Amino acid sequence: MATMAPSVPVRARTSFRNVRGGDQIAYLITFLFAASILLVTVLLIFELWVKSKLAIHQFGFSFLWTSTWDPVEGQFGALPFIYGTIVTSILGLLISVPLGVGAAIYLSELAPPRVSNALTFLVELLAAVPSVVFGLLAIFALVPAMRLYVQPALIRAFGWSPFFKGPAYGVGVLTASMVLAIMMFPYIISISREALMQVPREQREAALALGATRWEATWDAVVPFARLGIVGSVFLSLARALGETMAVTMVIGNDPRIASSILAPGYTIAAVIANEFSEATSDIHQSALVALGLVLFMITIILNGLGQLLLVLTAKPGTAK
Amino acid sequence: MRTTVLIAIAAVFAVAVPVTCAASSINAAGATFPGPIYQKWFEEYHSAHPDVQVNYQAIGSGGGIAQLTAGTVDFGASDMPMKDEQIAKITKFHVLHFPTVLGGVVPTYNIEGVKGELKFTPETLAGIYLGKITKWSDAALKKDNPGVKFPDADITVVHRSDGSGTTFVWSDYLSKVSPEWKGKVGSGTSINWPVGLGAKNNEGVAGQVKQTPNSIGYVELIYAVKNNMAYGSVKNHAGAFVKASLDTVTAAAAGAAKEMPADFRVSITDAPGKNAYPISTFTWMLIPDKIPDATKRTEIVDFLKWMLTTGQKDAAGLDYAPLPAPVVAKEQKQLALIK
Repeated sequence: MATMAPSVPVRARTSFRNVRGGDQIAYLITFLFAASILLVTVLLIFELWVKSKLAIHQFGFSFLWTSTWDPVEGQFGALPFIYGTIVTSILGLLISVPLGVGAAIYLSELAPPRVSNALTFLVELLAAVPSVVFGLLAIFALVPAMRLYVQPALIRAFGWSPFFKGPAYGVGVLTASMVLAIMMFPYIISISREALMQVPREQREAALALGATRWEATWDAVVPFARLGIVGSVFLSLARALGETMAVTMVIGNDPRIASSILAPGYTIAAVIANEFSEATSDIHQSALVALGLVLFMITIILNGLGQLLLVLTAKPGTAK
Repeated sequence: MRTTVLIAIAAVFAVAVPVTCAASSINAAGATFPGPIYQKWFEEYHSAHPDVQVNYQAIGSGGGIAQLTAGTVDFGASDMPMKDEQIAKITKFHVLHFPTVLGGVVPTYNIEGVKGELKFTPETLAGIYLGKITKWSDAALKKDNPGVKFPDADITVVHRSDGSGTTFVWSDYLSKVSPEWKGKVGSGTSINWPVGLGAKNNEGVAGQVKQTPNSIGYVELIYAVKNNMAYGSVKNHAGAFVKASLDTVTAAAAGAAKEMPADFRVSITDAPGKNAYPISTFTWMLIPDKIPDATKRTEIVDFLKWMLTTGQKDAAGLDYAPLPAPVVAKEQKQLALIK
């Protein structure tokens, strides 16, 4: 490159040399595709903002911390829905992350190849099941089991604490969290497993050569190396849980009240939008539902931001950032 | 490659052009509750009059009103009358309400050890849904149902979670019979429930009631009849316990017909008449009084004429209650207002 005619500026020279043939066209086209992501996001926020202006104007920030949701009187507060959305998603994560990461470790590190392949196929199958199917299964299988066995047992064992107060309806926050956990499970396994498989062989061999047992090598050398991918899988499934609608509304009890007990019914943002939007006849009701959508968008951004922060703060020297 | 594209384009035109030319299609959207009978009416009418095709989208009453207001449909349909401010919002035309058929909403329950048909009074229904009557062994329930052995169990209340005309009728009825309900809760397609679990659609409520011992819920009469569900009778305005059926629902409309306002925007819950089922409602087609397109206007008017006469005979077959004769006569007069 340096031997080119000196009259041509260096920058132009390099870009022209690289764009011979269709390169520039390909660059432009793919750039436009990538830019459309930005466009869609901006349009989405713009639309949410415009359509929710009425509610924002009327309720201001008190929309976020009042808990009356009365379409008849035109009083709207988002707190029970924010609470329900966050609690079900976090509980779902608490259940599915240990299971999912554990299963991924087994599949990528410890299982015989034949078992690993068969199970991985099943996991991918599970990830493709539509959420309404999970919801139906939950209604017919999970809800009766919760009402007859799980919830009474929890009430007997922990009923003294405010978190497990009865009655056992079958539906409720815990049931919804379990459905979410089942739905997040294949995502976490599938992506975490990919991340673990990407860890270079030398990483394992070095740990083993230092005298580590197989588990020590896996836990101390391989898993930290794949940390980024594992955390990524958690956030991807969290995003799915926050926005999950059908499966949740079928089993959560749809009651906009904040109860301390995780056996009590609750409500989520996505569920109430799906339930009430088509029959919302007053402008303020529709606007409040769109405002809820905006709130959900912000929750997703904030939680993702917190996740990134967590990654940076917990990064040890020598592991992937 | 190029030829396939050309063939594809040609095929699209070949299919699309005749369809747009032959039949002028009328677009309508609205309530889900009368969806099945509207679908049947439009099909039947289309086979008798091949040049008239109505596309009806059952997207919900709220959606129907919104689309009519936005001018994206030729007419709407709703399970509840439009409010004054909703009508005022449409400046291009005035909306005429045409009752089409009737429906009822029934209390359904699942109580351990109770097989028979229960009787409910306005007071017990309002009490249960307000959260004031919390046990099946409540004295008021026992008094209305002598001989029924109620368990000493908590009542699990189930209601609709999705906005719906069914909820509107149910809450409209409770508002009429209970001042406390009217003051605290009111009526609407979605309301702020004092107690209970929310379930989606009639299926959801029915399923939740079936699964949960000692629960009560409400579903459309049609849904209960089609699924052979047990449901209770309700004490009406005249003081008689009436079980919902096509006859008792039509009787409610007949009872209310005497005081029918000129624009048909009337609630017939808690209607007078000894045989009237108190939780009944009309469902309406929302027709603009000015339809600039002359062909469309005649088509819509002719269809409404047919619906009020021949069409009514289809109602009972699909478990909808037909309109009483005085209401039909009154609606036929309103047809003259469409210009």
